Amino acid sequence: MRPFDYQRAERLAHAAQLTAQSDTLALAGGTNLVDLMKLQVETPQVLVDIGRLPLGTIEAEGDGLRIGALVSNTDTAVHPRVRADYPVLARAILAGATQQLRNKATTGGNLCQRTRCYYFTNIDQPCNKREPGSGCGAIDGIARIHAVLGASTHCIATYPGDMAVAMAALDATVEIASENASRSVPVREFHRLPGDTPERDNVLEPGEIITAVTLPAPVGGTQIYRKVRERSSYAFALCSVAAVIDLADNRFTRADLAFGSLAHKPWHDPRLADLLIGKEPSLALFDKAADLLLEDTQGYGENDFKIPLARRTLAAVLCEATGVEA
Amino acid sequence: MHLKQDKPDNRNVLDTTAQGVIGAPLTRPEGLLKVTGTATYAAEYEVEGCLEGVLVSVPIMSGEVLSIDEDSVLAMPGVVAVISDERLTGRAAQGTAGEAPFQPAQTVCYWGQPVALVVAETFEQARDAAKHLVIETRAQDVPVDPEKVDTKVEETTRTGDLAHAMAEAAHSVDVEFTTEGHASAAMEPHAAIAQWQDDSLTVHASLQMLKFNRAELADSLGLKEEQVRLVSPYVGGGFGSKLGISQEAVAASLAAMHLGRPVRVVMSRQQVFQTIMRRSETHQRVRLAADNEGRLTGFGHEARVSNLPGESFAEPVLQSSQFLYAGENRLLQLEIARIHRMTAGSVRAPGEAVGVQTVEQAMDMLAEKAGIDPVELRLRNIPEKHPANGKPFSSRKLAEALREGAKAFGWEPRPRKPRHTREGEWWIGTGVASAARVHAVVEAKARVTLRPDGTAVVETDMTDIGTGTYAILGQVAGEMLGLMPDDIDVRLGDTDFPAGSGSGGSWGAASCGSAVFLACEGLRKKLAERLKVADDGLTLKDGFVRWDGGEKALTELLDGKPLDATGHFEPGDSTEDMAISSYGAFFAEVAVNHWTGETRVRRMTGAFGIGRVLNARTARSQCLGGMTWCIGNALTETLLFDPNDGHLVNCDLAEYHVPVNRDVPDLDVLLLEERDGSASPIQAKGVGELGLCGGAGAIANAIYDACGARVFAYPMAPNRVLAAMPQN
Repeated sequence: MRPFDYQRAERLAHAAQLTAQSDTLALAGGTNLVDLMKLQVETPQVLVDIGRLPLGTIEAEGDGLRIGALVSNTDTAVHPRVRADYPVLARAILAGATQQLRNKATTGGNLCQRTRCYYFTNIDQPCNKREPGSGCGAIDGIARIHAVLGASTHCIATYPGDMAVAMAALDATVEIASENASRSVPVREFHRLPGDTPERDNVLEPGEIITAVTLPAPVGGTQIYRKVRERSSYAFALCSVAAVIDLADNRFTRADLAFGSLAHKPWHDPRLADLLIGKEPSLALFDKAADLLLEDTQGYGENDFKIPLARRTLAAVLCEATGVEA
Repeated sequence: MHLKQDKPDNRNVLDTTAQGVIGAPLTRPEGLLKVTGTATYAAEYEVEGCLEGVLVSVPIMSGEVLSIDEDSVLAMPGVVAVISDERLTGRAAQGTAGEAPFQPAQTVCYWGQPVALVVAETFEQARDAAKHLVIETRAQDVPVDPEKVDTKVEETTRTGDLAHAMAEAAHSVDVEFTTEGHASAAMEPHAAIAQWQDDSLTVHASLQMLKFNRAELADSLGLKEEQVRLVSPYVGGGFGSKLGISQEAVAASLAAMHLGRPVRVVMSRQQVFQTIMRRSETHQRVRLAADNEGRLTGFGHEARVSNLPGESFAEPVLQSSQFLYAGENRLLQLEIARIHRMTAGSVRAPGEAVGVQTVEQAMDMLAEKAGIDPVELRLRNIPEKHPANGKPFSSRKLAEALREGAKAFGWEPRPRKPRHTREGEWWIGTGVASAARVHAVVEAKARVTLRPDGTAVVETDMTDIGTGTYAILGQVAGEMLGLMPDDIDVRLGDTDFPAGSGSGGSWGAASCGSAVFLACEGLRKKLAERLKVADDGLTLKDGFVRWDGGEKALTELLDGKPLDATGHFEPGDSTEDMAISSYGAFFAEVAVNHWTGETRVRRMTGAFGIGRVLNARTARSQCLGGMTWCIGNALTETLLFDPNDGHLVNCDLAEYHVPVNRDVPDLDVLLLEERDGSASPIQAKGVGELGLCGGAGAIANAIYDACGARVFAYPMAPNRVLAAMPQN
């Protein structure tokens, strides 16, 4: 860990002003950032503690729900409205990390969680995300946990989280403030693909602070978060699926799907809903959906298994949601 | 009392004594300290003026350190010194080495080897400076992949003609397996605080075998053993990783000697993973030849393991294959590949932890071919005498464990056919495996003192690595001296005490327990002499001494003066004349997800014969720990090495997956009482490791029984199960 200056932001504008400076990072729960600082993966000169900003409440917003950026993962997962109206989100959060980590981790921080790529977290290895231009150790290395969709020759890292995958299925919106302005970005567009700038995980600009995530009005349906992993807790997903599914007259009327640990971002492919809606559920149809989803996959040896695994996990989720027998 | 055990001790003295505490499920005397955070571990001592040291590693797989630029950090805040003494060690010592590990540290043999120590006033300053230290190295390319180098035969046992037996067999199995490397993954990282005063060194450290560690540290530093004192009363898990002295203790000592101030060095979690012993990955071939009734006519087990050039340790994969099952035509062969990953050494039941489960899978395949219940097949193949050397077995609860375990588990005795039960998405199946682990005892001394107030003190440099040593040594002494264990103060983990056996190879309880037993026999003898009666005529109970014709309070007999005796136990011919091992059986029920290949263990039963049970609670706890490792071994644990530079990529507890609570269902443990007078004078064998010797095979067999996936690569991660699962 490099020595750093610590500042506490008392107001949002102040926080935005401070984090606009170079080598400055915002600190919320610290469950990811502090670990990375110990490893010298992150070496900010200034940490701006935003923990005291008034962003820690969950409130109704129209028919939807606004979750403040500093609400802990635990508080979100146990909130009565989240449990009643957005169960996929509660389930996704509870599938992640451990109770202790969820107590500290925040909404905004979780969206900004960095990759678990082994080469990113080891400063003695090349990594274009950590040190642009240094190369990618994972492509020819141990790529077990890496991306099969949307990767580039510069980076095959994944976004590792669970919460954002459910938010992508729910089509939630990220609210962002800077010193003099604010904007909204759909969760589905918040994270980026690596391309030739893998150092940028998401669309946040310096000086921008996430203030909340807004969930649209509840849509009901069957909500499932399915996380495949080697051990049953405290493990990142090999592959995950968040689904909001509804049927009428045994035909899909809603099929909002998002996938975790397959790409540099929670993966949402609008073509899946287009394919499924209006059709009768069947194994053959689920297979077609998987064909579409996995049209442009590329494995890197060790992670080739993710491609059939994603197909099967999608089928499992759709079977569970529709009652189709395997 | 000194005993070199040349013949069995079948007197079963502890069954004739009166106190009634031996074997009782007593709680650990130090338990409250541990669960309240008040047991002091190595790094936690408050030492005035203590400096902090951080080890500096270099990211090359092999080569030389050309220069270390001390000036690159000496001006940084708080930095006191850079230690690059040529006595620094680059590796940990192997268990029972008793001499310095490889020196100098500046000759680099694996990625991440520590080569220097930065010392500063605070830990944060030292850690930052360690990242800034400029080190010039010359790297060379070396092999890091055991699949890509030539191997050398370490050991071969050959009887009869296995190939012929295979060709003639009514049923045969010939299969290959792989297992990945494992880390001990103890919770407490390796840590030491060294103090140098008046030419004497005191080191608080986290170590398993102080007698050997003292010799290793003294040899590393060029000191006499008498100049070195090690203190290690509590150890937060060892699992083999603290058998030998490791880099941080040597570095802290050198720094303290150079600087004349106390120095603390605590390894980071990443350093523990990257620089401490790994269990070698293995590549194994198992061949079984059997007649129509499933009786083995041939048994073959070959394994390839790896280690650094120059290291003597080779994962003893075939250890229990030598004697577990019959078969007159045998070929057992161990080969070693020399590669540049960190040192391979003892990790949790070296050998059997990866060698039994593969044989147990092959036995299951044979049972299916022969159409025999897998439990019955194993019962049919228990040999009458050691198949290789003809020695008689001293004690063996294998058949009882299989039968009693099957009963407790609710095993259905029938030939197996997979894919018989489905619950929703989950395939349900059950599997069995035998357990076996070689027995060992080593020399141990302990001093027991009766105090004038009628309480007692036990002193030995034996360690308690979480196994229950404090409890059982108090029970042995209490049973022999007629005292409640609460009245016995067990003092461990200090080289100022008589040299014990240390904790390793499951030998601690039988070895140090015997030393305490012998010391108490000495005390009984002294008491009998005072009373002028035969010592076997004494009954000691609740602080009173009774004999034919009288009774006296112990305090009265002591007459205001302490009385002590030292017990000295040495293994002798009794362990040579017999084939001595611990045995057991595992039964597992698993659920395998049809879609994802995820496996969850639903329940598990283990039945174990470990000789005399010294404490039913701590023995059971040891078995639970072993069975938990079985789950990790079977499903999740794997060291992942980069194919290009050989560095370990998953070097923390988030990415190296030991089982979490949710992975571990109710585990049922049956302890099968037995007495083994050849194993030790207290008729006890080892328990710590047996619980993980074979159980992963029961899980593998249950996976096959559930979903039809026969997986030959451990761990059986979802992708491997899915790839092997029949699809229809």
